[in-house]
Amino acid sequence: METVCLNKSDDAFVKAVEAESGQRVSRCYQCGNCTAGCPMFFTFDYSVSRIMRLIQAGQKEQVLSSSAVWLCAGCETCTQRCPNEIDVAGVMDACRHIAGRERKFGARAVSAFFKAFMDSVRFNGRSHEVGTMALYMLYTGRVWTDVELAPKILPKGKMPLLPHRIAGRKEVAEIINRFNQGLSDPDLVRAGSATQGASAKEAVS
Amino acid sequence: MSRIDVGYFPGCSGLGTSMEYERSTRAVCRELGIGLREIPDWNCCGSTPAHSTDSALSAALASRVFAQGEKAGIGDMITPCPSCLKNLRVALEHMEDPLFSARVDALTERPLQMRHSIRSVLQILIEDVGPERIKARVRRSLKGLKVVPYYGCLMTRPEKIMRFDDPENPVALDRLLEALGAEVLAFPLKTDCCGGSFAIPARKVTPRLAGRILDMAGEVGADAVVVACPLCQMNLDLRQGQIRAGGVDRVLPVPYFTQLAAYAFGLPEQEAAFKKLVQDIQPAFACMSRRAADIEAEERKTAAAEAEKARLAAERAAKAAEKAAEKAGAKDAAPDGAGKKSAAAKKPREKADADGGEA
Repeated sequence: METVCLNKSDDAFVKAVEAESGQRVSRCYQCGNCTAGCPMFFTFDYSVSRIMRLIQAGQKEQVLSSSAVWLCAGCETCTQRCPNEIDVAGVMDACRHIAGRERKFGARAVSAFFKAFMDSVRFNGRSHEVGTMALYMLYTGRVWTDVELAPKILPKGKMPLLPHRIAGRKEVAEIINRFNQGLSDPDLVRAGSATQGASAKEAVS
Repeated sequence: MSRIDVGYFPGCSGLGTSMEYERSTRAVCRELGIGLREIPDWNCCGSTPAHSTDSALSAALASRVFAQGEKAGIGDMITPCPSCLKNLRVALEHMEDPLFSARVDALTERPLQMRHSIRSVLQILIEDVGPERIKARVRRSLKGLKVVPYYGCLMTRPEKIMRFDDPENPVALDRLLEALGAEVLAFPLKTDCCGGSFAIPARKVTPRLAGRILDMAGEVGADAVVVACPLCQMNLDLRQGQIRAGGVDRVLPVPYFTQLAAYAFGLPEQEAAFKKLVQDIQPAFACMSRRAADIEAEERKTAAAEAEKARLAAERAAKAAEKAAEKAGAKDAAPDGAGKKSAAAKKPREKADADGGEA
């Protein structure tokens, strides 16, 4: 078991997680209910309640480089059972957002799968299962993933090889591109609406 | 039957791995008088990968779906997929906040004008149609079929956003399956996680989590695990071989509730689409027929026993009446009997009746 140095608390990180999730992590009193009900617990390096404690203690590096934040399945059991009504799954999601921005991928296969899925959506406007799998194999080198399932599902005619591309796929790609350019950044949007408000005022006067 | 018209968001998996859900949903809605208006040129909601990346990105993809709905004048919509449902509902909830809404609009450049709502297919069947009307539509009862309802994580959670049924012990699917005639078994893992999308990137997850669900379903004696989520269905059905390799020895069909409804409504295989399932449903239906025959034989036996009981009771009553009449007759013959007058008044009339009958 490693030790955590509580003198070195990154308060900005605590604030960032709280802003991203809209939750007050200080409300957690470590009852462990989240961990008790967590179905993914056996895959985590840190349990959910330990992640909550590490966030409280401002241990940015440990939280963001953990595999737990990437392996959370978002089943919402912890959120449902938290006696302090913390949206714990929302906090895990927020940590994933911050980790992704800082390019910390504690479970590389998971983030590669997410990237494959989003790329499929960016290309077609909809997710395409065969395309997502192909991209995932490309990004991870795991070319044998689920090949044993192919003879089971292909005869069912449930996995079209070609994607259903939508007419508005460029619009969807634009949404993702604008996001990648940082156009939904809260500070930017706040500043933008402030200047808009100011120019509206000017127009009125 | 009153008609309901509602927008319809099929979700991407409906075009692929869950096409049996999609097909049976459309057929069942048609039969129940629910008109589905598909959102024109709808896009992916972003699913887990989008909300794992950023809330505004996830909401922006959802927002385009709503904007496409607006194009066709659609405000209220339903979707079969709980994962799409959760993303779309979370987006609407978060967009109540003006700053968040502005961030989403910065990505879509298409601010929403209408009020929107999104519910699940299960929810509209239970809330707007109701078990009674569903029961009335049944042509081929599922009597004798033992099922466990498996809701998955997201149909009812997070509670504050989904606002449907009980978050940990939902009963909507139970009620629906009962209306179709099935025997719904108590199932403690109704809302436990199957492993979701981790079947691909974290391979040890599904055999353990989905395996537990199949194991418990077998343990309680189910013929089938009935589902409402495309991802749960794929994990429990397609991956049963991987799960068995992990030590769980169960072979169970995993149909969607809409497929069973289509069957119970007497619709053709083309619409129930059972052939799209990897694990064959026919053994479950064979069990159902056997059990239904047993149940019917049992019912006939009880009915016969009841009839025999009723016959004996009637016989006894007749005998008792005869006895009473005899007694009354004896009393009549005795001098100074208390009931003499009334009995004497009654007897000639009875005699007269009998005479009349004979004549």
